[in-house]
Amino acid sequence: MKRRKVDVAALPAATARQIDDRFQVATPLRRMFNKVFPDHWSFLLGEIALYSFIVLLLTGTFIALFFDPSAKEVEYSGSYTPLKGVVMSQAYNTALNISFDVRGGLVMRQMHHWAALLFMAAIIVHMFRVFFTGAFRKPREANWIVGVSLFWLGFLEGFCGYGLPDDALSGTGLRIASAITLSIPVVGTWVTTSLFGGEFPGDVILDRMYIAHVLLVPAIILGLITVHMALLVKQKHTQWPGPGRTNHNVVGVRMFPGFAAKGGGFFMIVFSVIAFLGGLFQINPIWLFGPYKASVVSAASQPDWYVMFLDGSTRLMPAWELRWHMFGHGYTLPPILWPTVVLPGILTVLPLFYPFIEARFTRDKTAHHLLQRPRDVPTRSALGAMAITFYMVLFLSGGNDVIADKFNISLNATTWFGRIGILVLPPLAYYVTHRICLGLQQHDREVLVHGIETGILRRSVDGRFYEVHQPLAAADDHGHAELDYAGWVVPKKMNRVGALMPSVRGFFRPIEQPPGQPTEAPVSPAPDREEIGTGTRQR
Amino acid sequence: MSTHEPGADLDPGMTGFDLVREGARRDGVEIVHYAPKFPVPGTRRERRIERTIASMFLLAGAAATAFVVIYIVLPVGYSPGYNSHKWMTPLLGLTLGLTLLGIGMAIITWQKKLFPDEIAVQSRHDQIPNEAERTLTGATMLNMVEELGIKRRPLLRRAALAGLAPVGILAAAPIIGGLLKDPHHPDILFHTGFAGATKDNPIRLVRDDGSPIRPEEVSVGGQMTAYPGIPDGSSVKYADSSALLIRLRADDALTLQVNLHSRGNEGRMAGDLVAYSKICTHAGCPASLYEQQTNRLLCPCHQSQFLITNNAEPIFGPATRKLPMLPISVDDEGYVVAVSDYTEPVGPGFWERP
Ligand code: HEM
Ligand code: FES
Repeated sequence: MKRRKVDVAALPAATARQIDDRFQVATPLRRMFNKVFPDHWSFLLGEIALYSFIVLLLTGTFIALFFDPSAKEVEYSGSYTPLKGVVMSQAYNTALNISFDVRGGLVMRQMHHWAALLFMAAIIVHMFRVFFTGAFRKPREANWIVGVSLFWLGFLEGFCGYGLPDDALSGTGLRIASAITLSIPVVGTWVTTSLFGGEFPGDVILDRMYIAHVLLVPAIILGLITVHMALLVKQKHTQWPGPGRTNHNVVGVRMFPGFAAKGGGFFMIVFSVIAFLGGLFQINPIWLFGPYKASVVSAASQPDWYVMFLDGSTRLMPAWELRWHMFGHGYTLPPILWPTVVLPGILTVLPLFYPFIEARFTRDKTAHHLLQRPRDVPTRSALGAMAITFYMVLFLSGGNDVIADKFNISLNATTWFGRIGILVLPPLAYYVTHRICLGLQQHDREVLVHGIETGILRRSVDGRFYEVHQPLAAADDHGHAELDYAGWVVPKKMNRVGALMPSVRGFFRPIEQPPGQPTEAPVSPAPDREEIGTGTRQR
Repeated sequence: MSTHEPGADLDPGMTGFDLVREGARRDGVEIVHYAPKFPVPGTRRERRIERTIASMFLLAGAAATAFVVIYIVLPVGYSPGYNSHKWMTPLLGLTLGLTLLGIGMAIITWQKKLFPDEIAVQSRHDQIPNEAERTLTGATMLNMVEELGIKRRPLLRRAALAGLAPVGILAAAPIIGGLLKDPHHPDILFHTGFAGATKDNPIRLVRDDGSPIRPEEVSVGGQMTAYPGIPDGSSVKYADSSALLIRLRADDALTLQVNLHSRGNEGRMAGDLVAYSKICTHAGCPASLYEQQTNRLLCPCHQSQFLITNNAEPIFGPATRKLPMLPISVDDEGYVVAVSDYTEPVGPGFWERP
């Protein structure tokens, strides 16, 4: 056989064989293809964070090609006429050039900024999902800790990025950052001069923030995301309780092709939303702010939204300062220490250890793979609502000057509202949420015992009116049709048990219920009661 | 796998989806439900869905083409007024968005409408701890310690510790040592660009452009930002130095004089003129919203308010310290001068601040 004809049809198989001869990947590869993912809209939130991070890397790399983080002073000679001839740092100059004189530079810059805002928003909402459903419980505490770290690293990354263009707003933000490091007890002044290479602003801070922003922090974030995903694969996804779902299985679709196609499509959609935002909605128009000058105030200087809660805590802090004398010298603990160093410290440590604290209180040492409905864990849900309320008061206080201006109320009144609100509203939120959870629980159990309200009114022979209820289970010998609560969604409307078409379709439809297939009522008895129970029920 | 050749246990009769199911089974995955969306191929509904998906792909292609054309054709740069320069960014965003949306919607529709319905159940058996495995691994690890003999050889243990600790410090030294900067030599926290100013050797207050200021040039009830009249005095190099020069109304000036007198700060104003640091004592923003009516200075960052007629003491917000005063006078040529540096450290508080 001299001349061999290449059999094109057999080529993929032959190649695959050659590869497997060398690497023996058949088994692990198929195992990955066959990995089962459960489906629920709330599981997409983490994906949004992941996809916006990819967009950040792409757009960031583009603008980095044209950006020079130098503090060296130059005279502006780009095409933006209002700033012609103004002396500015090379950083601000190149940021302006990206915005006006690099083809497509502005859309990339704006996409980068929008992606950062979306990244942080997705992280936070994803964290809410994990918290309120108890997905952080054993064995997933490590991934929760990685998640909390990712939040703070994203915060740091965004803050460094915000400072890079060296416009009036970035400079103001940096100034406050230097005041924060100055306030640290004992070593504050050393930390500050070491970071800034001398007095604020000095001429090294931009270079240092740049290397942090494009190398150090992204590399750590990327590493942590890898760990996050690896743990997810190893421990498998949690799932909502439901028919056939137990603590020992995962019910869903296989990763390939179903789940991967959905994920890939969803990435494109997240990317497209960022592209629309970046093109159509202006963000951080640095050319309007002008170059940074230490003595010039920028109108309504507001940080990015994810920094605003710390701005708010700083504004609400009363003017309390500790001063004392010791060894013939005076010492100070400035008021900015509490809202910007101590508070973030608490906000890091407390969430970090929350999974262990909760397990300690509930004496729960078992592994959980089934999620809890927030109503079934009133204490945790109430704590979460309390934390969100606390955050919201701080967040709104971070914009209290804008609120005072828009609604024409006194600025000082908004500050006082925040100061009192931060003490009063979170406990109130705790109480209200706790009550709501108990109420929802009770209603679920009423429906399980008495059946669904059909909306059909009957009149009995003696003239009484009563509403017909549809029992959810077949009656036993005594005519009772009671069901135990199994942690599943309890149908409250007739169309949820197949009497009518489902009222919500598509996106929210559970995959157990393919279109055209007879609907299985989501209340069929739990196959494995013990395991599907809501775990640690707190009252 | 009992046979000699791995994989010989596969039933040769299995084909197609049976093999898929078998593969999944070996991975602990049971495909419990698997049904094509369209059992009868080629129905009108199926063809309609195919056309929809195809049109989404074509939309993506058209938008991508438009993106490239816009990218090449539209002018770059800024030009004042309303013109085609302003169209570049929105059109690029729009076409890029439509491209990605088209691809994304096509893929998701394809998956949702055409992929077979599937329910797969994967077992978590690999997540159940295996006691035997633990025992074996534990013994292996203990054996490592055993081989090292660290327990039996205290000398080696201590020597290793003593030898390696300095290596750790060595690793940290260049990072910390390279960055470390003493805040007190030179003493930047207590001095500004006005440092060295005295009665005999005053430093002029100047504007942004370096020109000196005459008292008349500040209107009554008005204010002006002033910098030290030294080289680069108005640049960010002297970020802490800027002062707010305020000309008070006569009665307000009197109030302030009385207040200064009671604190032993007399003789630091120049007539009705007074100068305070512009750097907020809270976090260092420029406190520059001056309310003429009430003589209050508001800092826009966290809304601290300072009452100028009471020696710039804070009256609301988180600031705890008054704004430092810059003692001023008027020199022989009639220009405003500083006769000393600020009377206390400028800007936010810190640990060693008295
Ligand atoms: C977690 C990820 C990231 C976040 C949250 C983030 C956030 C930000 C923000 C808020 C800005 C303000 C800039 C503006 O308005 O233009 C910025 C600027 C910038 N970012 Fe990022 N970024 C991230 C990742 C990256 C990466 C990975 C790179 C490069 C490899 C990068 C390169 C840049 C550059 C060069 C600037 C300066 C842009 C300018 O000229 O305005 N970023 N970033
Ligand atoms: S910096 Fe002035 S109030 Fe905070």
